[in-house]
This record gives sequence, structure tokens and C-alpha cells, in this order.
Amino acid sequence: MSTAKSLPTWDVLSKHGVFPEANNEEISRLNFLTHLNVHLSANILPGVKTAYEKTVLPAYIKETGKEPTTRHEIRKAMLDNPYFQMWSGLRRNTMEMRQQAGRSQVLRQIENLVERVEAYNKDASTLQLNDAITIPPNVGMVDIHCQPGCYYEEYFENDVTVAASYDLGLFVTTAGLLGALSDGGGKAITHWLSKDHPDFKPKRILDIGCTVGHNAVPLAQAFPDAEVIAIDVARPSLRYAHARAKSLGVNNITFVQANAEDLSQYEDESFDFITTSMFWHETSHESMPKIFKTINRLLKKGGLTINLEQPQYTNMGLYEQFIRDWDTYFNNEPYWGPMHELDLKKVLNESGFNGESMFEVGVVSLIDEKIFGKREAGDSGEDYGRAPVWNAFGLWK
Amino acid sequence: MTDINKIDLAGTKAKGNRPYFLNDKQTEQVMSITMAVAMELSVAKERIATLECLLEEKGILTRAEVENYKPDAAEVAARSITTQEYLARILRILQQDKEEQLSEDDPSMEFAQQELTKV
Ligand SMILES: C[S@@+](CC[C@H](N)C(=O)[O-])C[C@H]1O[C@@H](n2cnc3c(N)ncnc32)[C@H](O)[C@@H]1O
Repeated sequence: MSTAKSLPTWDVLSKHGVFPEANNEEISRLNFLTHLNVHLSANILPGVKTAYEKTVLPAYIKETGKEPTTRHEIRKAMLDNPYFQMWSGLRRNTMEMRQQAGRSQVLRQIENLVERVEAYNKDASTLQLNDAITIPPNVGMVDIHCQPGCYYEEYFENDVTVAASYDLGLFVTTAGLLGALSDGGGKAITHWLSKDHPDFKPKRILDIGCTVGHNAVPLAQAFPDAEVIAIDVARPSLRYAHARAKSLGVNNITFVQANAEDLSQYEDESFDFITTSMFWHETSHESMPKIFKTINRLLKKGGLTINLEQPQYTNMGLYEQFIRDWDTYFNNEPYWGPMHELDLKKVLNESGFNGESMFEVGVVSLIDEKIFGKREAGDSGEDYGRAPVWNAFGLWK
Repeated sequence: MTDINKIDLAGTKAKGNRPYFLNDKQTEQVMSITMAVAMELSVAKERIATLECLLEEKGILTRAEVENYKPDAAEVAARSITTQEYLARILRILQQDKEEQLSEDDPSMEFAQQELTKV
């Protein structure tokens, strides 16, 4: 007999200085959605696999005389399967409900949130917004992961709605695996560095596509003497990120509105550490080599770039590829699939790096005991696309 | 500064074609509505559980008093707003369908992918 295990409540998240308040009903709603997501992946998703193996695959073989050879063939065959349809419909809808819940919670207190953000940001030289920066197509084409307004839309002056809603809602799709400050990825990088490269002490760090700074802050905390530059194109996210970092007592990050394709304001070889977190799958074929070239130009000899990203599809079973690819078509992540089938070494080579020196590593952060208490031995929270082990690739220049 | 319709804005649609999975669109919309209602019911049950705990702990109320409660005018007005928000929340899918029908340039993922993979 298996006993049901309770999930952490959203309310364990750390309330930094610009975190939206939540009343009891809002907390109930976010907890309900978290439970619904876990239920869909733990209890319903296995049924999708069964439907594939027992019904869809045999029918496909019967009809075509061969096994599917691409994830796209599987997807097209699955689209008519009633169980896949129900799971997909529920999953899509849960994402939309999470967006509505976050936005309504943020909007009811937006005036107060903006005031709090302003109090931290007023006259700060460490927040550098630039009106001339436009939203590139890889960010503006669709609202990524069904987040209305994406990372950048502003509904009025000094708005931070989309950023605050993003911050409070990540928990719903990860059930706490990212930690109380949603910074597990960045912490995993610094944990790995302290273990495997204890002598690496970067003085100047660049974090590209920082959004609200979830994974830039732990870098700045791990290297308090370093100057960290965190860039993004999205103004509301940068405003919020800056205030959030200040409220956490982190003063060595400068948040800059800039396009990673053109960072000509920074000198060649002026950074010894360049990071991205869950960034590349939201870029494009056009921008990716440009940004790698920028990284190559900015990185010092002997410097390190490390990039947290979901694993590439190479060497992955077709069914798992198909499930991971769901977001590409059904969760407004159009570049997810194309990015994950790239030969990264080749992209690096074409961007001036020596692709052969690329390494891949699974980085792990310590479990956040604020959320989970002490972990039981043998526990694993594996879930497609949201595993607590972060896949990373990188290279030393 | 914030001259915006907050109820509408909370439920607005994300840019990008909305995929439907079930054979019939209305059925899927009913699914969405049902799940939202399920969530609200879960919220309400938790609230009631909280109230019952507190009332019991403090020995404040009896069942009959709750049964016979009549809201005053201000309370009636407040509840009306709450109900409007409640309906907007559970009927969100229809608001978004409406927005999608009105929007002219909502790209499909295939189109977006084509654009984003151009070299
Ligand atoms: C998935 S989010 C990254 C999450 C973030 N790194 C974290 O640690 O939480 C991708 C971010 O990249 C930004 N972005 C995409 N293309 C960019 C570009 N060319 N220049 C700067 N930022 C970009 C987007 O605005 C968005 O905020």
C-alpha cells in the first residue's frame, strides 16, 4: 500500500522585499494548481505512455509497416488519441489557470508593489534601463510558456506585473524543487564550482537573459567580491530583479537592459565567467550563434562559460523526446524542439569556440530544507523537464 | 497611474494560437470551466475548514446563527464584486476565445518556428 505524500505549501516560499502578498484564498489556489500539476504528471501522464504503447504504436505499425522514426511522427499519431487529448487539454488549461491566478493576485496589489520596487530602485546606478532596446522576435513572437505579456509587457509606467506573476508562479510547475527563492539552478552551479573548481574565483561575471535574477543572485552571493552584470531585454523583469536583489542584501549586481546579440559596450575579454540559465531554448537559429560569438568575444582566456539547459535530444528515446517536445507546440515554446536537436559542439565551433572542449555536467543543488525538511534517503523527484538535477554544458576558453 | 481593467487583464490570453486537443472545442472549454470550478471548490472547502476550526476553538458561534445570517447593504455590494471576479475566473476560457477571434496576427507555433529558424 502506498501512502499519499504531502506537498509543500506555496507559503513556504521566502518573502523577499518585493514578493507579492497572498491571502488565504490565493494560497489555496496556488496549492490546488501545484497539486493538479503533480497529479497530471504522476497519475495521468503514465496513462499517455500506456496509450502509446498499447494502442497508438501498434496501429501506427499496422498502418505504415514501420516504427516511427521521429518524435514528430509520434506526435501526429498521438493527436487523435483520446487519453492524450484529455491529458494535454488539462495540462494546457492548468498552465492558463496558473497565469490567471498569478496575474489576479499581482494586479490587486500592483500599486503597492510598484511603490516597493521604486523604493529600492530610486536613483540606483545598478539598474540601467535603455529605451532604445527593442524586443527581439525570439521573445516577442508569441507569449512564451503561455505567460500573457511574456517577460516584457508594461501596462503602465514602471509596471512589474509580468515579473511578479512569473516569480510567484514558478512554484506551481515545480512544486518547490527550485527552492524557497527559486534559485536552485544558480546554487547548483556555485555548489559544483566550490566542489570541482575551488580555485576558480571570478572577478567579473556576466549573466545573460537574467529575467528576475533568480539564478544571478546566488552567483553574486557566492562571489561577493565579484562585479556581476545581469542583462535582459525585458524592462519589468529588470526593475523587479533589481529591487528583489537589493531586498535580499545583494549589492554587487548591475542589472542592464541590453540585447545579448550586441554587447558592444563591454570590452573584449572583460569577463572571466559567463552564465545562462534556461535561456537557449528561448532564442532562435539566428540569435544563438550571434550570442555565442558575443560570449566568445567577452570571455577572458582561461575563463568559463556555463549554461543550464534541459538535455539535448541526442541519445534520448523517441517517446521521451516526444513528451519533452510537448511544450514546443502546446505551451508556446516554439524554439524548444529546434534548440534541443542542435549539435551544440557544431554551434560552438561556428561561433569561434573550440567545440571539442565543451563538457556536459549534471549539477545538483542541496535540497532546500526550508521547503522539504530533511530528505528521506532514496527519494527522487524526477519529472519530465523539471528534474532537481540541472543539466549544464560549458567550456573553459 | 493604473487605469486598467484588472479583472480582464488577469485573465487575458497569451499571444500565440491556442491548441485544442479534444475532438470538440466546446467540450474542451467545458473542461476548462469545470477545472476552474473544481479549484474554487477546493479553495472554499479550505476556507470553511479554517472557519470551523476557529469557531470551534473559540466557542463563538452556533450553527443556527450562521443559518440565519442576513448580509447588510455594504456586504451585499462586496459580494457582488466577488461574484463578478469569480465568474470572470471560471469563464476565462471564453474571454480568451473572444480575444483570439478578435486578434489579427496570432502566429501558430509552426509559423513562429519557421521565423525563428531562418538563417
Ligand atoms: C527563460 S528566461 C531565463 C530565466 C533566467 N535566466 C533565470 O535564471 O531565472 C529567458 C530570458 O531571456 C531573455 N532574452 C531572450 N533573448 C534575449 C536577448 N537577445 N538579449 C537579452 N535577453 C534575452 C528574455 O527576455 C527572458 O527574460
